[in-house]
Amino acid sequence: MAALWDIPAVQTATWAFVKAMIILNGMLGVVSYLIYAERKICGHIQARTGPNRVGPLGLLQPIADVLKLLFKEEFVPANANKVIFHIAPILAVFPAIVTFAVIPMGPPPTYVVTDINVGLLLFLAMSSLGVYAITLGGWASNNKYALLGGLRSSAQMISYELAMGLSTIPVLLKSSTLSLVGIVEAQAGWYSIPGTPLALPNWGIFHWYLVLPFVIFLITAFAETNRAPFDLPEAEGELVAGFHTEYSSMKWALFFLGEYMNMIVISSIAVTLFFGGWHGPGLMFGTNGWLSEGPGWMGLIWYLVKLSALMFFFIWVRWTFPRLRYDQLMGFGWKVLLPASIVNVLIAALWLFARGGM
Amino acid sequence: MLAALFVGFAALLVVTSLMVVLHKNPVTSALFLVLAFCSLAGIYLLLRAEFLGMVQIVVYAGAIMVLFLFVIMYLNLQHDVETGLQIAVRRGIGWFVGALLLLTGAALLKRGWALGPANEVLPGAENGNVASIGRVLYSRYLFPFEITSILLLVAMVGVIVIARGRTRAAVERGAVAGAVEGGR
Repeated sequence: MAALWDIPAVQTATWAFVKAMIILNGMLGVVSYLIYAERKICGHIQARTGPNRVGPLGLLQPIADVLKLLFKEEFVPANANKVIFHIAPILAVFPAIVTFAVIPMGPPPTYVVTDINVGLLLFLAMSSLGVYAITLGGWASNNKYALLGGLRSSAQMISYELAMGLSTIPVLLKSSTLSLVGIVEAQAGWYSIPGTPLALPNWGIFHWYLVLPFVIFLITAFAETNRAPFDLPEAEGELVAGFHTEYSSMKWALFFLGEYMNMIVISSIAVTLFFGGWHGPGLMFGTNGWLSEGPGWMGLIWYLVKLSALMFFFIWVRWTFPRLRYDQLMGFGWKVLLPASIVNVLIAALWLFARGGM
Repeated sequence: MLAALFVGFAALLVVTSLMVVLHKNPVTSALFLVLAFCSLAGIYLLLRAEFLGMVQIVVYAGAIMVLFLFVIMYLNLQHDVETGLQIAVRRGIGWFVGALLLLTGAALLKRGWALGPANEVLPGAENGNVASIGRVLYSRYLFPFEITSILLLVAMVGVIVIARGRTRAAVERGAVAGAVEGGR
C-alpha cells in the first residue's frame, strides 16, 4: 500500500479525486443556500421577508425544497425524444463542474485541483458547451414554447460568447499567460498610483484599461447564465417557462442547479481575472503584508468574500432590471458589445506596447 | 497509460464518426459529431497540443455544431425518407467514394503508423505551446494568416450583402411587417 502511494501519479490522482469530491459536494450545498439567499434578497428588495417558516429564519427551506423535488413525479411528454430528453439536464450541470477543476480558490497547489496552461480556454470551451443543454432540452421536449426558448438561447449564447472571449484578451495581454493560476499570480502585490503616495492592490480592475473589459465581461456573464435582464430563453410572459416547460422533478432541478453553478463559475472567473483571485491583504497579521505570507486558508476566505460579493451583485441585478426585448438583446450584443471589446483589445495592446510591457 | 488513453479516445472517435453517418435521426447524428470532436480534442491533448484541443472544442463543438443543430431544428428534419432514382444514384456515388477512401486508408496503413508524436522534440513545451503557436503564426506564417482573415471578412461581407438584398426586395414587394422588422 505504501509502495503504491509513493508513485507520484497515484498521489496526484488521489488528491485530484478528493478535491473533486469536496468541490462537487460543496457546490451542491452552496447552490441550495444560494437559492435561499436569492429568495431572501429578492424578498427584501420587494419589501417582503422571504422564506421564514421552515426552521429559524427559514434556513431549512432549501432542504424542504430539495425533498419536495425528489418526491415529485418524473414526467416525459409523449413523442419526446426520450434519450436526449434525459441527457439534456446532465449536460446543464457537467460543464460548470468541469470548469471548477482549473479555478484557483487559494494558494496553489493545495487550493486548486489542477493547473493547466490553457485554463481560461477550458472555461471558454465549457461555457460554449453549456448551450447544448438548453437547446437540446428545448428541442427534445416536443413543445413549441420549449423549442422557441431553446433556439433563443443558442442564438443568444453564441452572440455573447464572442464578446466574452474578446473581453478576456486584455487580461491575457497583461499577465501573458492563459493559466488561471498564472493570471492570479500576476495580480499579487501593490500598484502605486502615479503622482500620489497612495497604492492600490495590483488587481486587474484597478488598471484603467481593464475596467471596460470587466464591464463587458459582467454583461456577457448575465447573458451566458441566462439571468435577468437577459433571461429571454425562459421569458414566462411569452414562452410559459421556456426550455424547461416540460421538465419536472429532479430533471428540472438539474437545470436549476446548472444555472446557479454557472453563476458561481462565471463569478469565480471574474474574481480570478479582475479581482486578484485569492489575493488580499493579510487580515491575520495586521501588517500590509500579503497573504502569500499568511496561512493558505486565508486565501480561500478572501476568494469566498469576493465571490459572495459578486453573487450578491448578480442577484441584485436580477431583481432590479426589467427584461430586454429580443431584438434589443441581439442589437446590443452585436452592435455595442462586440465592437467595444475589439476596440478594447486594441487600446490595451497599444498601451502595453507603448509602456514597453510586452 | 498514454497508450491506453489513446486507444480509448481513438475507439470513441471511430465509433462516434460511424454513428454520425449511420444514424437516421439528423439531430442524433449531429450530437455524435460533437462527441467525435471532443474525442479528437482528447487526442490532441495526448499529443501535448492543448491549445489545439481546447480551440477544437470552442470552435467546432461549441460554435459550429450549435449552428448546425440550430439549422436542423429550424428545418425540423425528422427522418430521411427519400426514395426512387435520385437516392439510388446518391447511394451509388456514396459507395464508390467510400470504397475509394477505404482503399486509400488501407494503402496508408500498410506503410506503418506511429503512436504519439512523430518527432519527439516538442517546440516550446516548457512554457506551453500557446506562446510558440503565437510566435510562429505572427512571424513565419503571417501572410497565410492574414489571407485567411481577409477570406473570412469577404465571406462576412457577402452574407451581409445577400441578407440586405433580400430585405430590400421584401420591402419593395410590400411584404408583411414582420419581415421588415426582422431585417432591421
